[in-house]
Amino acid sequence: MPSTPSGEAPSVSTERPGIVGRRRSDGVFRGVTIVAGGLILAALAAVAVFLVAQSIPALVADPAELKGSPSSFWAYVGPLAFGTVWAAVLALIMAVPLSIGIALFISHYAPRRIAQALGYVVDLLAAVPSVVFGLWGITVLAPAVTPLYGWLTENLGWLPFFTPPVSGTGRTILTVAIVLAVMIIPIITALCREIFLQTPVLHQEAALALGATRWEMIQMAVLPFGRAGMISASMLGLGRALGETMVVAMVLSPAAVLSFVLTGSQNPSTIAGNIALNFPEAHGVGVNALIATGLILFLITLVINSVARFVINRRSAFSGAN
Amino acid sequence: MATAHPNSLTTARLPRWSPWALLAGSWVVVGVISGLLSAASGAELNIALVVLLGTVVFDVLLYVLARLVEGSRQAVNRLVTSLVATAFIIALLPLISLLWTVVVNGLPRFDPTFFSNSMRNIVGEGGGALHAITGTLLITGMATLISVPVGLLTAIYLVEYGRGPLARAITFFVDVMTGIPSIVAGLFAFAFFALVLQDPGIRFGFGGSVALSLLMIPVVVRSSEEMLRIVPNELREASYALGVPKWLTIVRVVIPTSIAGIATGVTLAIARVIGETAPLLIIAGFTASMNYNLFADRMMTLPVFVYTQYANPGTNVDAYLERAWAGALTLILIVMALNLIARLIARIFAPKLGR
Repeated sequence: MPSTPSGEAPSVSTERPGIVGRRRSDGVFRGVTIVAGGLILAALAAVAVFLVAQSIPALVADPAELKGSPSSFWAYVGPLAFGTVWAAVLALIMAVPLSIGIALFISHYAPRRIAQALGYVVDLLAAVPSVVFGLWGITVLAPAVTPLYGWLTENLGWLPFFTPPVSGTGRTILTVAIVLAVMIIPIITALCREIFLQTPVLHQEAALALGATRWEMIQMAVLPFGRAGMISASMLGLGRALGETMVVAMVLSPAAVLSFVLTGSQNPSTIAGNIALNFPEAHGVGVNALIATGLILFLITLVINSVARFVINRRSAFSGAN
Repeated sequence: MATAHPNSLTTARLPRWSPWALLAGSWVVVGVISGLLSAASGAELNIALVVLLGTVVFDVLLYVLARLVEGSRQAVNRLVTSLVATAFIIALLPLISLLWTVVVNGLPRFDPTFFSNSMRNIVGEGGGALHAITGTLLITGMATLISVPVGLLTAIYLVEYGRGPLARAITFFVDVMTGIPSIVAGLFAFAFFALVLQDPGIRFGFGGSVALSLLMIPVVVRSSEEMLRIVPNELREASYALGVPKWLTIVRVVIPTSIAGIATGVTLAIARVIGETAPLLIIAGFTASMNYNLFADRMMTLPVFVYTQYANPGTNVDAYLERAWAGALTLILIVMALNLIARLIARIFAPKLGR
C-alpha cells in the first residue's frame, strides 16, 4: 500500500482505516473494469479458438462426406468464397458512388435546417432488419428487375456478365447485390458524412473566395481531405456485405459454380448464405464443414475490418458503432 | 476573339426556380409517356421507374440548359448538384417501396389472433407469433443483461483508467468486433456450447443471447465511452476535492451525469440486435411451440419466424406468407419504436453542461 504523506501524525492514525478501505474499494472497482475489458479480448480469442477447434474435423475428414461430394474441402469452399467476394464487390460498386453522393448532399448541398432530418431518413434504412430486406428482395425487387435482365441478356449477351440463358425468376446474384448495396449505403453514408463535415472550413472558404463553384470547392477541399476516410468507410461496408446472410439465403437460387454471369440461373452462393440454408439440416461432419467455412468468412472480414479501422483510427475517433 | 473566356461573375444565370421547375416537368413528362405506353401494352405503371427515369432526364436537361446559358463551369456544377440529389432520391426509392410493401402485406394478418396464438398444431390458416415474440423478448433481454454490465464497465475502464497497450488493444478490438458477421457470432455460440456441453446438435435460447451479446457489446462500449468522455472534468475534480474516492465519483457523479446518453446507446444497441436472424437460426433453432426456458430446448424468435414462414410454407402458401409479412411488420414497428425511444431519451434527458 503506498503511504500517505505523514505530517499530522494523530489525524492520520484516526483516518487510516477509512483510507485503506477506500484504496481497497478503488482497487476492486478498477479490477472489475479491467476484467470486463479483458472479457472482450477473451471473447474474441474464444471465437477464433472454438471455430478452429470445430473446423478441424472437416479439414481431416473424407471429402466424400461433404455436401455435393467435392474432391476436397477446398473445392467445396472455393465457389462459396468466390460468390461471397463477388456479391460483396458488386454491391460495393453500386453503393460507394451513391453513398458518397448522398453524404455530399447531406453535408454540403441540403439546407442546413433539414440536413439532419435527411440523415435520419438514410439511417432508417439501417434500422430495417435483414430478414425484411430479404422478403422485400424476393417479392418486390426480383419480379421488378426480371424484364430488365431479359433486355440485358438479349442486347448485351455478348458480354461475359449477361450470357444467356436469363433467369426466369430474377433470383440472381445481381439482385442480391442490389439489396446488399441498399443495406450498406447507410453505413458508408454515415461515415462519409462525418468525414466531409470535418473538412476545415477555412479550406472551403478559401476555395470559394477564389471564385470556385461549389463542385470545384468540393473537388479541391472536401474530397482530398476525406479520401482515406472514404476508402475505409467503403471497406467497412464491404465487411458488412461479406457477412450478410439472410438476403442471400432468401433471394439467391444457388448452385456450386464459379461464374461471372450476373443474370443467369446458375449463381455461386456465398459462405454466409450457404451456412444459413444448410445448417438446420446438417449433421456430423457437415456441421464441422459449415463451421470451417464460417471460420474462413471470419478471417476475411477480420482482415478487411482491421485494415479499415487502422486507416480510420489514424484519422480521427469515430466508428460505425455510434 | 476578344472575350474567348467570359467572366463567370457576369454571365447570365438561370432563374432560381428553374431546377425545381425542370425536375417537376421531367417527372410529369416521363410519367405521362410511360402512362400512355403502359396503357397501350396493358402493363402496370411502375412509379419507381418513372421517378428514376424522370430524374435522369432532369439531370441531362439541366446540364444542357446551364451549358447553353451559363457556361461550362456552372454547367458542371449544376450537373453535380443534380447528380447528388439524384443519389439521395435513388436511396429513398427502396426505403419507401419497402415500408409500403411491408405495411400493405402485413396488415391483413396484423390481428389479435396473431399476437395471442402460437403455431402449435397449426397447418394452414390461423396461428400467430406469440411464441416468437416471447422468445425474442427473452433472448434479447438476456443479451442486454450480459452486454450492458460488460460494455459499460469496459467503457469506464477506457475512459477513467485505461492508459497504455491494454486500453489500445481493447479499443482496437472493440472496433474490429463491430464488423463480425452476425452468422459467425451464431456459429461461435454453437461451437462453444456444443463442445462445452457435449451436445453436437445443441439448440437453446441462452446460446442465442450469447451470440447477440457478441454483436451488442461493441455498440454499447462505443456509445457509453463517448458519453462518459463528454462529462466535464470539473465535476470529477469537485468530487475528488470533497474527498470522495474515485470509484464512488464514477458511480455517483460520472454515470448519473451521462446516464441519458448511455440509455440511448443501449436502446440503439437493442434495436440493432433485435432484428438479427442468422445467429438465432443457428443456435436457437425454430419451433412451433411456446418455450419460456432459455436454458433448454429450441426457442422461436420473431426474425426466424418470418424466415421460416417464408422458407417452409405448407400447402396453403398464402397463409404462411401473410404471417411472414405480419411478422415483418411487427419487427419493423419494434425496431422503429426502439429508435424513437432512443432519440426521445437523448432529447429529454440531454445533460445540461451549462455552456
